[in-house]
Parts: sequence; C-alpha cells; structure tokens
Amino acid sequence: MSLTNDYIKQRLAEKFGESISQVEESFGMLSFAAPKDLNLKVMQFLYDDEELQFRFLTDLTAVHYPNRTGEELAVVYHLYNFREKVRLRFKVYTSIEDTRVFTATRLFESANWMERETYDFFGVNFVGHPNLKRILNVDEMTYFPMRKEFPLEDQTRTDKDDEMFGRGGHIGI
Amino acid sequence: MSEQQHITLPEGSIERQTQTLNLGPTHPATHGVFQNILEIDGERIVSSESTVGYIHRAFEKIAERRPYYQITPLTDRLNYCSSPINNMGWHITVEKLLGIKTPKRVDYLRVIIMELARITDHLICNGVVGVDSGAFSGFLYLMKYRELAYEIYEEICGSRLTTNIGRVGGFERNFTPAAFEKIERFLKEYPAALKEFETLMNRNRIFMERTQGVGPISAERAINYGFTGPNLRAAGVDYDVRVAHPYSSYEDFDFNIPVGTTGDCYDRFLVRNGEMWESLSIIRQAMDKLKDLPSDVYHADVPAYYLPEKSAVYTKMEALIYHFKIIMGESDILPGELYNAVEGGNGELGFYLISDGGRSPYRLHFRRPCFIYYQAYAELIKGAMLSDAVICMSSLNLIAGELDA
Repeated sequence: MSLTNDYIKQRLAEKFGESISQVEESFGMLSFAAPKDLNLKVMQFLYDDEELQFRFLTDLTAVHYPNRTGEELAVVYHLYNFREKVRLRFKVYTSIEDTRVFTATRLFESANWMERETYDFFGVNFVGHPNLKRILNVDEMTYFPMRKEFPLEDQTRTDKDDEMFGRGGHIGI
Repeated sequence: MSEQQHITLPEGSIERQTQTLNLGPTHPATHGVFQNILEIDGERIVSSESTVGYIHRAFEKIAERRPYYQITPLTDRLNYCSSPINNMGWHITVEKLLGIKTPKRVDYLRVIIMELARITDHLICNGVVGVDSGAFSGFLYLMKYRELAYEIYEEICGSRLTTNIGRVGGFERNFTPAAFEKIERFLKEYPAALKEFETLMNRNRIFMERTQGVGPISAERAINYGFTGPNLRAAGVDYDVRVAHPYSSYEDFDFNIPVGTTGDCYDRFLVRNGEMWESLSIIRQAMDKLKDLPSDVYHADVPAYYLPEKSAVYTKMEALIYHFKIIMGESDILPGELYNAVEGGNGELGFYLISDGGRSPYRLHFRRPCFIYYQAYAELIKGAMLSDAVICMSSLNLIAGELDA
C-alpha cells in the first residue's frame, strides 16, 4: 500500500488530535505544525510506526518571523521515508524569549550539526544537545545573525531598502 | 614490565600517552579549509574533533537580499567541483515555485550538463583518493578530461569553474555546434581514459589493501547520519534523487544505480566509478534524444521570468518591458514554501525556499550533503591509522564550499 498524505494526516490526527495544526499540502508535500513540547513525540511516532517509517532526517533549520508574537522562531524538520519515497515537513514554533526546544539528536545523529547550525544562526536552544556551540561563526559572536533584525546591507544605502525588494519600507516584514 | 618507573618530567613530554595533531585547516591532505583535531596514540587515532566554518560566507543571509537570478552565482560556490548541478538545482526549484514547465529539449540539455558535472566531480574525488594512496598518475589521466569538460562549459556559458550556467526557464543561449562537437569528443575519448584508470586502480593489490575496510559504515548508521549520494549508496542503500523524485525528465532515461555493500573507501571509490559510466550512458542517450527535437528551443516561453536576449532588449518594445520588469523586481513571484532536491555530486542537494511574494526569498536554506555527512567522520576514523584517515577524508569527497555555505 502506498503511503498517501491523507493517510499520514489521519494517523497523526488519531494520535495527537487537536495538537496538530496548520496542516497543508503545498507542492505535494504534507506540512504541519506541532506544539514545541511535542516535537520529539511526533518524530518518535513517525519514526517507530510500522507504516509511516519516517526514519531519515533530511533537513533541519529555522525561520524567523519577527511579527508573530510569541512564536517568532519556527524550527523546521524535513523527514523522509525511504521505502515509500515520501517527504514530510513539520514545524514547531517557539518564542524568541524562551527558545528551548528538545533536541532530535537521540533519534538522528545527523541532527547534531544541523542543530548546532540552527543554534548558531537563530539562537534556538536545543535542550539535551550533547555539544551545543557555534559551528560556522566564530565562538566569540554574541548575536544570532540570521534573525531578521540584522540587515545585511549598509544602512546608509537606499538602493537596498526593502521597498526595492517589493516589500514595505522598513526592516523585517 | 611489572612496575612503571616514576620519573619527573617537564609538562607536555612523554608522560602523556597520546598527542594532539592538527590536521588542517591548511593542510595538503585536507583538500580544503577545515580542521580536524586528532588525538593520536602513535599512528592510531583515539578520538577526533572536526572544526568547520573557515570559509563561511553567509550565503543564506545574502540570498535574502538578492533577486532570484542573482542567487545563481551564490550556488556556484557551494560544491565548486560540480557547480552546474547547483545552478540547475536552483533554477529547477524556482521553476517549481513559479509553475514553469520547461520544454523537453531544455531538460535534456540540462541533463547533459548535470551529468558532465557529476563526472567532473567524481573524477576529482576518485583521482584524489588515488593520490592519497600513492598513485598520482591516475589523477593526471583523468584531469585532462576535466579540462575538456570545462571547455564545454566555457562554450556554453563562458566560464569554467563557477559557471553561473543557465537561467530560470532554460539557458541564456543555445548550444553552439562547437559545444556539441566537444561533448561528442568527450563521449568518445573519456571512456578510454576511465577504462585505463580502472585498470590501474580497481584490482590493484596495493590500492585495495589501502582502501578496503577503511572507514566503513553500515547502511543503518549511514541513514542515521544523514548520508546521501554515492556515500550512502556505497553502504548499500539505493537512494538516488534522480530516480526517487525525478526532475528535469530523468524518468526518460535508462540507467542503473551502482551500490556497494560495506560503505568503506573501496566501495565508495567503485560506486563513483560506476556512476561515471552511467553518466556517460545518460549523456549518450540525451544526445540521441536531442536529434528528434527542434534545435532552436533552449528556454521555456515565460517572458515574465526569463531575461530576454540583450539584442532584443535594444530593438523590441516587449523585450525591453520584460527586461525592465525582471530587473526592477516587478515580476510577481508567488508566495509559497517548498523543498526541492536534486542529486548533487555528493548527494541530495536541497533548497528550502520560502517566498513571501517579495523580489528576493524570505528565507532560503541549502541542504548541503557534505555538511551533514561530515559529522560521521569522527566515528569513521576512530581507531584507524593516521594515513587511513586521510584516504577516508578524500573518499568522502568533502568540499569546503559545501560544508560552510
């Protein structure tokens, strides 16, 4: 039996009920959000279940949405099922004041560096990570550069304003 | 000896049983800028720690302030041994976001270039594995053909290493007859060189003893560590994005996926060699398929996104309008979120793109295969000899550009 997005949705709804939100399918990939304290439970369920078998962590990263109060940071997981060739994306949102999220390193060795990278650039504090320190930036850095409050260009330049990029004239959207 | 004699020695002398060795960041054996701090007991590695980030260039941050067509040169510099694959992976991702359907001829031309890039990537890796195990000549046999492949890129896009080849929607110009001639020449001459290389290495006693059983990894561990590409296939998992999720009409081609069993350096070497043969066969098939297609199609008909030819911009009103719209960011890029992957030289090269409708991506994340599988290196070389660690590193094909992004 081939694994369809509808079936995955149904299984998730059975298991986690109302906690699963923002379920959508864009470009054929199922995407949903879960509360941040459930992230490991969701991954473990997707990993262990005999039919779902999402046992490969393709990618782990974060996105900063400065305007979503209380859930500014989204940690994004891409999981993959080798047998059925199905991808899946799920997100957990966390506030920027308390960025603690459980680590996935117990389940996936590959999460180790990807979480370090996410910490390095977004400041997501992965609880239980064996070696959570900066990986690409210098150790002395005190801020998290991929957050939207750090504009890339020289502030005196007007040709690089947001309005030149089809957005409102202020930093961040 | 029954009892160890106690002698007071200055600190840092033979009291310590192990010693620390820095392999890198600028060491000829690392073939790139990254550091491995090895704790060695004589010649044997007790533990190691990898440090990366020496050439981090913040591409993901830069990409948030670049229009889509200006991100292509950033992708060049990820895995610079096979930059056309990165370029086209990016174009395919944007096309998927915009819903652009490319003509078959564009797909086949892309396949030719991507497979050529895969060959240049693998030949460097395998050549270097040879160099690190003491056989320099094989590397030189193959290097000659990388030069020819670069001439083909040059004929098509004007540059060699960091190619910036193609555009969203297709290619910037049609392939010239000279380009096709060079591809034919490559197809004719390269197999002989590859055969010679294989004769030199594959059943070479010394080479086999240097690589067999070195840096092995089981399929289960490889999956857990996020391996993809030739390194995963060497461990026996037949996962290839070209087959699992075909893009650019890969479903039209008939090819095999070579797999290994033990995931050691020798298997990785054989898998890469096998893939080069498959790539040659794919290019051959693509060249044959091109004969039945109109020879003047080299881009999709999407004037709102595909930059018009410069001469048309100066002479035609429509082209001028579209040129202006694309450059000034007036073309509507739809909001959307997608993950798209292509089979890069080292594995699954993924692009996680979030567009909010602006002229540049809201967020772009590169899934870089090197970065993910390099974390297994400490485990692969634990307990191995120092010289094996060097071969293991080159057979993983670590590219510093892809590690750091």
